[in-house]
Formats: sequence, structure tokens, C-alpha cells
Amino acid sequence: MNVAVAIDQISEDALPSASEAGPAPKRIVVTYGFWIFLLSDIVMFAALFASYAVLVRSTAGGPTGAQLFNQGTVAIETACLLVSSYTCGLMSLAVNSRRRLATYLGALITFALGATFLSLELREFSNMIAIGATPQRSAFLSAFFTLVGCHGLHVALGLIWLAVMMVQVAVFGFATRVQHRLLCFSLFWHALDIVWVGVFTVVYLMGVSP
Amino acid sequence: MNLLGKLDWDAIPLHQPIIMGATAFMVLVVVAVLGFITAKGAWLYLWREWLTSVDHKRIGAMYCILALVMMLRGFSDAIMIRAQQALAAGGAEGYLPPEHFNQIFSAHGTIMILFMAMPFVVGLMNFAVPLQLGVRDVAFPTLNSVSFWLTASGALLINISLAVGEFSKAGWWGYPPLSELQYSPGVGVDYYLWSLQISGIGTLLAGINFVTTILKMRAPGMSYMRMPVFCWTALAANLLIVAAFPVLTATLAMLSLDRYLGFHFFTLEGQGNQMLYSNLFWVWGHPEVYILILPAFGVFSEVMATFSGKPLFGYRSMVAATMTICILSFLVWLHHFFTMGASANVNGFFGVMSMIIALPTGAKVFNWLFTMYGGRVRFSVPVLWSIGFMVTFVIGGMTGVLMAVPPADFQLHNSVFLVAHFHNVAIGGVVFGVMAGYNYWFPKAFGFKLDERWGKASFWCWFVGFYVAFMPLYLLGLMGMTRRMQHYDNLSWQPWLIVAAFGTAIILVGVVCQVVQLVVSTRNREKLRDVTGDPWNGRTLEWATASPPPAWNFAYQPKVAGLDAFWNSKSRAQATKDEPMPTRKYEPVEMPKNSATGFVTAFFAVVIGFALIWHIWWLAGVGVFGAFMTLLAFSFRRYSEIEVPAEEIARFERAHQAGVAA
Amino acid sequence: MRYGSLAVVLIGAATLGGCTDGVLDPKGPIALAERQILLNALGIMLAIVIPVILATLGFAFWFRASSERARYRPNFTYSGRLEMLVWSIPAMTVLLVGGVAWVGAHDLDPGKPISSTVKPVNVQVVSLDWKWLFIYPEQGIASVNKLVVPVGTPISFELTSSSVMNSFFVPQLGSQIYAMSGMATRLHLQADHLGTYAGLSAMFSGDGFPDMRFTVDAVTDDGFAQWVRQTRETGSVLDKQAYADLAKPSQAVVPFTYRVVAPDLFSSIVNAGMGTQDSSLSIYSTSQKAER
Repeated sequence: MNVAVAIDQISEDALPSASEAGPAPKRIVVTYGFWIFLLSDIVMFAALFASYAVLVRSTAGGPTGAQLFNQGTVAIETACLLVSSYTCGLMSLAVNSRRRLATYLGALITFALGATFLSLELREFSNMIAIGATPQRSAFLSAFFTLVGCHGLHVALGLIWLAVMMVQVAVFGFATRVQHRLLCFSLFWHALDIVWVGVFTVVYLMGVSP
Repeated sequence: MNLLGKLDWDAIPLHQPIIMGATAFMVLVVVAVLGFITAKGAWLYLWREWLTSVDHKRIGAMYCILALVMMLRGFSDAIMIRAQQALAAGGAEGYLPPEHFNQIFSAHGTIMILFMAMPFVVGLMNFAVPLQLGVRDVAFPTLNSVSFWLTASGALLINISLAVGEFSKAGWWGYPPLSELQYSPGVGVDYYLWSLQISGIGTLLAGINFVTTILKMRAPGMSYMRMPVFCWTALAANLLIVAAFPVLTATLAMLSLDRYLGFHFFTLEGQGNQMLYSNLFWVWGHPEVYILILPAFGVFSEVMATFSGKPLFGYRSMVAATMTICILSFLVWLHHFFTMGASANVNGFFGVMSMIIALPTGAKVFNWLFTMYGGRVRFSVPVLWSIGFMVTFVIGGMTGVLMAVPPADFQLHNSVFLVAHFHNVAIGGVVFGVMAGYNYWFPKAFGFKLDERWGKASFWCWFVGFYVAFMPLYLLGLMGMTRRMQHYDNLSWQPWLIVAAFGTAIILVGVVCQVVQLVVSTRNREKLRDVTGDPWNGRTLEWATASPPPAWNFAYQPKVAGLDAFWNSKSRAQATKDEPMPTRKYEPVEMPKNSATGFVTAFFAVVIGFALIWHIWWLAGVGVFGAFMTLLAFSFRRYSEIEVPAEEIARFERAHQAGVAA
Repeated sequence: MRYGSLAVVLIGAATLGGCTDGVLDPKGPIALAERQILLNALGIMLAIVIPVILATLGFAFWFRASSERARYRPNFTYSGRLEMLVWSIPAMTVLLVGGVAWVGAHDLDPGKPISSTVKPVNVQVVSLDWKWLFIYPEQGIASVNKLVVPVGTPISFELTSSSVMNSFFVPQLGSQIYAMSGMATRLHLQADHLGTYAGLSAMFSGDGFPDMRFTVDAVTDDGFAQWVRQTRETGSVLDKQAYADLAKPSQAVVPFTYRVVAPDLFSSIVNAGMGTQDSSLSIYSTSQKAER
């Protein structure tokens, strides 16, 4: 008997439903996988948020959030990140219409805003460390530096990624896989924004409220 | 500045004859294997066809080989634990000093869960899921290779800890403050942290890969409710991986920060919170249990249906049960520490939630039962493991529910009753499951069946040995014996511990039988050859292609019209037997190119891990740079796919069809 | 219940086999109630587990491929009634055992005082590396690795740890509870019979863990009063200095007593563990850390 043939002999008259359509195209698969990765990354942040919430009152006699946080700097940081998400969106539009110069410009502004955010954050950290509010001071500060620092680390990795992608645009042009990667990058960048909104709310807003 | 960090000659435990003996044995085995490969001149073949392979079948097989090797390692730890406890009664100290005994039980737990059960389960999923879904590979083949090699890196680090330095003495869960620098100043906990962290990231990437594969890459016509149950359980397990492993990553990172940079997450100073670790660890740890057992359930479902000669009973019910377990597994973690002093309402809630998981699990057992009902059960080796599982697992489930009753747990917590319980579900469930899967899919992977006689001998030794080894532990737990005792003064425990040690010896015979089975089958492979690709009269798509399947899995995309797709098409082919075979035009297939990315990245991961364990900071920097450059090189690869010409596929397919007809 | 009695038989056999000092041989109300819960839950579940095991073996044997008499029904893949049964049997069991769990979790909550007409004796427990310190705050005495309690009197425990986590456990008296640094957990037990019972740590705590055992002497009221009197006459004083010495790691410590305990020692140990201040009671100073 010829089984292999039989498998193939199913009529194709009825339009298949979405779940029966067969393997999805590469673009869908890549972005879908990246979404799943982002979800897992957000779960990791959730664990850090939970730890922060548990330890926020454990200041061991050291400084509290209300004493340390500077709303002004954080507001500028937030603005940088949110605007960079917008410029990242503009870059995606430029990629879609294959405009190289606009892509570079969008990437450059995004990079600059991200770098500004990072340098502001690092300045905040070094100011805190200078007055003795180091992560070694208390459980609260350990959790604070880890949560905010982990987000900062993600931003830094995002900047490296963006730089590499611009080199790839220069080398490969708008090849399919470069487009996929730029799409994933923009998802990543927006997800960092979402996480930052959480950080901003849980750490900085709730931290200074009594 | 010391270029080698904390590393010096004292790190090698030369004064410990047992450790040095084990190390010497390990080195001999490695040298023998490497020598064998060199003698056969197989290095190039190995590099091209296996180490750099991105083929899910090869990667799956390598996962299983890793698991089998680590099982031997973890099992020798088990023998040492049982021997020590059989000896060290009254004033006797046994042959293992506490600092060695404590490393052994910590290593045993860590290895068996993360480097035996995990790779085995992931390996089976890797091998079978894309074939069952009727597709050519997983969603991200190179990432799959990275996942495997990162897991292997973690396993390598654990094995290095035997010879260089020490392993953790804080148990496989590594509770602080015991695992903090203050109480564990050695490198043991660092080995634990980095081997888990590196392999954990590998597992997380595998989880992402499989969720995407199962949700986005199924053969045309395969709607969700036409997926084989093993794919459903794989989906549930990988969803759990995606949702649980990041928590482990974060938790281990926090403990690392405590140990390396003096943070205060779980320390006694600085108002750290040790209870936070217990909670976070088990938020990962309990779903982990289901990550292991759900695919095993899937294997049993496939085996029971195939060898009973009928479809799985209550398919929808099975799917619902699987997904219910998947969700509920996140709501029970607190039952690992009812004795921490939570309120009665909290304990009661988590106790009841833990029991509710028994509901879908019980339904599954009944469904397997009714799958046999009205069937024609062939007692091949996979079925023996499955029936052994059903009998054993219900006992383990029962003692589990027993311990979910908080007042019962107040007395049984951390006793050897608990040890007996989780071995009852881990051996009776997971090990029996992966053994069933190993015997079931081996002919598909390598083209010949495993020897039945040695397989049956192995099963019976494991089965009987399990009961002899662990039933006494239930009793000892009720007698008040707690776990992890290097010695004890209660002489009435000793007879039972000797019985348990004897049971372990029976299991050892079972393990030896398995090794013999593999050797004998390989030698007799021509006699055991499977040319049809369908040795068990299978039901799902993996049996529709040749054994071993070609790199491209299927010569053309299968189309699916219902559950048990292959079984249905066989029945249809039977009906239309006399019609002439239509001539077919084969099309060329795009295949992902092999890549050394996984292997090289993992090499640098080992470098990073080892450097961090020994505080060799410059080397860690080199490792990070190397790993980054490897990934960069991969991303600048110009061609990622090769084309398999249609003639090659046609030639292969004609040969296969000739085999089927013969 | 039939299976309940079967369980009792099985466990009776186990008892004959040398099981004389464990959780199945309770000597107090908590342990007694917990054994009852254990047996009830076991009985309920055996009523379903044993038939399932028998059915598995029976079905496998009856429907073996070589069987002449079994009818092959390859299309028997679904039955609504069976599905009902398949889900409702475990559901019933879970309902019953779940009820046992919920009620039991409340009745036997370790933090719940034992209702009794007798005034409870307070004991403060500190787990140290690797021994147990028992402080009797009302009597002003303390003992190491030996707990003496009057029979028939509720004992109210407060527990903490000087270092790593331990679990205080006397199998024949009932529940165990963790002792953790920086916090105090609560436990209530009572011994109803005279005797000496084994106590241990049920949470692995390092190299000296297996010797972290203690004995519980359940004595008469008079015997207890006498023991207190005797203890007050001999031994040394447990002040902060003596405590710091005691807290240094040691293994297999032979029981001994202190005739006087500094007041509030327990609460200062708990506070020290909170890590809010640099206390003299924090035993591992930085220099000792390097030493270890």
C-alpha cells in the first residue's frame, strides 16, 4: 500500500480555517517567537518587581525611596524613553518604505534618546552611591538597583543591537532577514517602554508617596 | 593581582580518595571515548553531522544521550547515598564525611532534575514534535542547537566541580541563608548557580522555540484539536518553561548578586528576606515538576493508543486535563513550605489547590485505562513501562495528596516519606515515561528496534527495584526519619535502610540491562532493522516517513484531515489498494544550513561560568566577548539555507517506498 | 470504612515491624489528631487507588493481544457517561480530602493555642549551629539540646534561629515549624504521656545537621518543678557574652543547662536577626566570615 500518497490525497475544496492553514510564513514565525521571548522577559521583570515590593520597606535603617528619588530626573528619563519609542516607530515606517536615509535618521535619534536615558540613569545611580546609598546598604536598595539596573541593562543591549542593525542595513540593505530583525528590535524597544512605565509607577511614584 | 582568581592546586581534592577515584574514572571514560573517535577517524563526521547540526532529530538524540550519561552520574550518587545511610547507624560514621555526603545529595538532586530528566524530556520533544506536526524542523533550528549546547555546558560545569573545587552543600534547592557566602564560603554554590543559570537559559530558549513551533508550524489541516496528545503536552510543558524559567533566572541572579557583590536579597544582614527565596524558587520549582511529567503523560498517551490498537480514549478530555494542569501548576507552590508559619487560610488554600490538580490527573489515568478497554494490547517494552507507570504513579499521587493536607505535612515535611513520594512520581512518572519514549521512538531515530528481551529485563529490575528501594522510605518517614542525614542514632531505622540499599542494587541491575540492551541492539541492528518506517503500526505522522527520517523529514508536506492522521491514511490506502499509484513530482526543499554557533557559544558559556566561579574576571570578560562575537558572526552570515535538489528527495523516497512494499 | 480498616491493618503491620517511635505512635493531642487526619485521608484515597491498580492490571491482562475472548472495539473512543465517571470519581475524592485539608489546616494551625484549663508553659526556642537552645522565660532558666515539659500542660513555643533555617520537630508530639533568623514563629504542642521523646531538626542546616538532636522529657508537674529548682542551682549564666560563645558552631553537643537567663535575650536575638542594627549578637562578624 502506498501510505505516503494517501496522506496527500485530501481534497482542498473547503477553505481551511486559520488553525489548519499549515506552517506560517517566516515573518510571522519570527515575530511570534520574539513575542514569546518578550513575554518571558516580562515574567522575569515580574519576579524582580515582586522582590522589590517585598523588600521595599526593608531599609535596614538606611535611606528610603522618598529620601533618594529625584522626580525631575526621572521625568526627563521617562520623556526620553517615550519619545524614543515614537522615533523608533518612525524608523519602522521608513524601513517599510525602504528609505535608507530616514531609517538612519530614525535610528540615530532613537539611539541618542536611549543613550541620554542611560546616562541620566547612571548619573542617578552614581549620585546615590556617592551618598552611601549603595546596593550593599540594605535589601531595599539591592532590590532597587537590581530592578532598575536590569531595565537599564536591557536598554544598553538594545542600543548595541540598534548599532549592529544599522551596520547590517548598510551591508545587506533591506534584506528580508534584516527587516525581520528590525521588526523584532522595535518590539523589544516598545516592550522596554512598557516595563519602564511599570518601574516608573511602582518604584518612583509609589516610592515617594507616603 | 592574581591571574587565576581563587583557583590554585588546593582546589583539586587530592586527599579524598573517593572523589579522586571517580575523577580518574571519568577522565578514563572521556579519554577512551575521544580515543575511539580518533581511531575511527570520525572527528570530521562528528563535527559536520552532529556537533554543528541544526536538525531537530539529531539535537533531540544528543539531548537524550546527554541525559543517559548524566543519569549514570546521578545514579552513582544515589548508590553512594543509600550505601552511606545503610552503614552510618548508631555510632558509625559510614564512609562519607558530612562535607562529601552533603555535596553528593545536592548534586544528585540537581543532576537528576535538571541534567537528566530535563534533557531527556526536551530531547524527546525535540525529536518527536516536528515529526508529529508534519513539518520539516522547529521554528528556529540554530537557536535549537544553541539551547542544547547551553544545557550541555551546564552539565559540563557540574562535572568539572567533581574534580576542581567542590559542589554545593546546600541541597538542590539552595535555600539561603545556608547558600549565602556567610555559610557557604566555598565555590560549591557558585558551581550550582552558574550551571543552573546557563542551562536554564538554554531551556528557556528551547521553550520559546517549541511554543512557536507548535502554535505556528503545523501541517496543513492540523487544527489544534487534531494535534497528537504528545504535542499538546509538549505545548503545555513549553508554556510552563516560558512562564517559569525566567523566575529561576531572576532568583539565581539575585542569589548571585548576594554572593558576588554583597547585595542583601536573602542575607541575614541588611534586612534581606530568606522567605522570598523559598517563594520564588518554588514558583519556578513546582511548574518544573509539571514540565517534566506532562510530556511523560504525552508519551504514555501515544504508547497506550498505539499498542492497544485504538485511538486514545477521551481525547478532548485529555487535552482539557493537560491544559488545566498547566494553569493550576502555578497556584500550588506554597505547599513546599506549609511549615513556614503562614496563616491557616493560606495553608488551607494551597492545600486544596494542590489537591485539585489530582482531579485532571486522575481523569487522565482513567482515560488510559479505557484506552486499553476494548483494545488489543501488545506487551512490548514501551507498554510495560506505561502499565508500570499507571500502577506506580497512582500510589505516588496518593501520597502526594496526603502531603497536601497541611496537618499531615506538618509531620511528614522534609521526612524520607517526602523523599519516597517525589521519587515515586519522578521515577514512576518521569523516568518510566522517558524510558517508554526512548524504546518507542528509538527505531524511528536510528532505523532499528531495541532488543526486547534486555528491555523487558531492564523494566522489571527498575520496577521491582523501585518498590524495594522506596517503600521502606515511606515507612521510615512515618518513623520520624528526616532527609539528608549523614548518620543517625536510631538503630531501628537501619534494617529498612539496608533493604532500601538492596533495592537500589536491583535498580542498578536494571541500568546495566539498559546499557546491555543498547550494545546488543546496536550489534544486531541488521536483524532488528525497520525498513517500513512504521515498526509499531503507529497512528501519528512520525511513522509516515522513513526510519531514520531524512533531513527534510517529509518528501512533501503531509496534509491532515483528522486525529491520528497516519492511521487514517493507512486505512484509506488499504481501501484504495488496487488503484494505480499516481506519479508524483518532487520539489526541491530549502534546509537550514548547519552552524557552529551553538557549539561555540556554549564553549564561551563554559568559559564564562568557570571564570565567574573562580573569580577570574579577565577570563569572564574574554568569554563574554567571544560569545558576543560568535552571535555577531552568525547574524552576518550571508546564506542561511541550502537547497536539497528534487532528484535527491525522489531517490530517497523511491528507496523508502520499496522498503515499505517489501 | 473498609479501606480505612485496611490502612489500619497495613500500618499495624508496619508498627510491628519496628515502627515504635514515629508519627504513628502519638503521645499528645496534636500528634493524635494529625495521625487521625493522615489515616482518614489515606483511607479515602485507597478506596479509589486500589481499584484503579486492580483495573489497570485486569484490563491489561484481559485485553492482551493474544486473548481469544476479549472483544476488539477499535472505535470505542468516547462515552459521555464514562467521561462523567472519569471526572466525578476524582472530583468526589478531592472534595472529601479537600474538606479534610481545609478543616485540618484551621484546627491544627501551629499558631493556634491548645484549649486547656491548664495554664500553658512558655518555651522560647533558638536554633543554633548545630544545637537547640530552650529558654524558659517564666522560670528564668535555659537548657541546650534537652527540653523538659510537664505532662498534660500545653506548651507554647516561640521559635527563631541564630543563623540558617532549621525546623523544630518532635514526631511523637506533632507539628513541626521552621525556625528562621529575624522572626519568631509560633507552635503549640502538648505531651499527654510520661516519657522521653526524640526531637530533631527537619531542615538541612549544614555539616552538623545530623547531630542536631534533642530529647523531650515529659515529666509530672512535680517533676517539672523539681527540675526547675535543680537547674536554678547549677550551671552558668546565659547572658549576651555566654550566648555569643554558645552560638559559635559546634556539633553533637551534650545537653546542659543555664541557671539564669538574661531577660529579653530571645527578643534581642530576633531583633539581631532582622539585620536592622549592628548587634553584638550577630555571631558572624566580618572577620569570622573569612575564618570560615
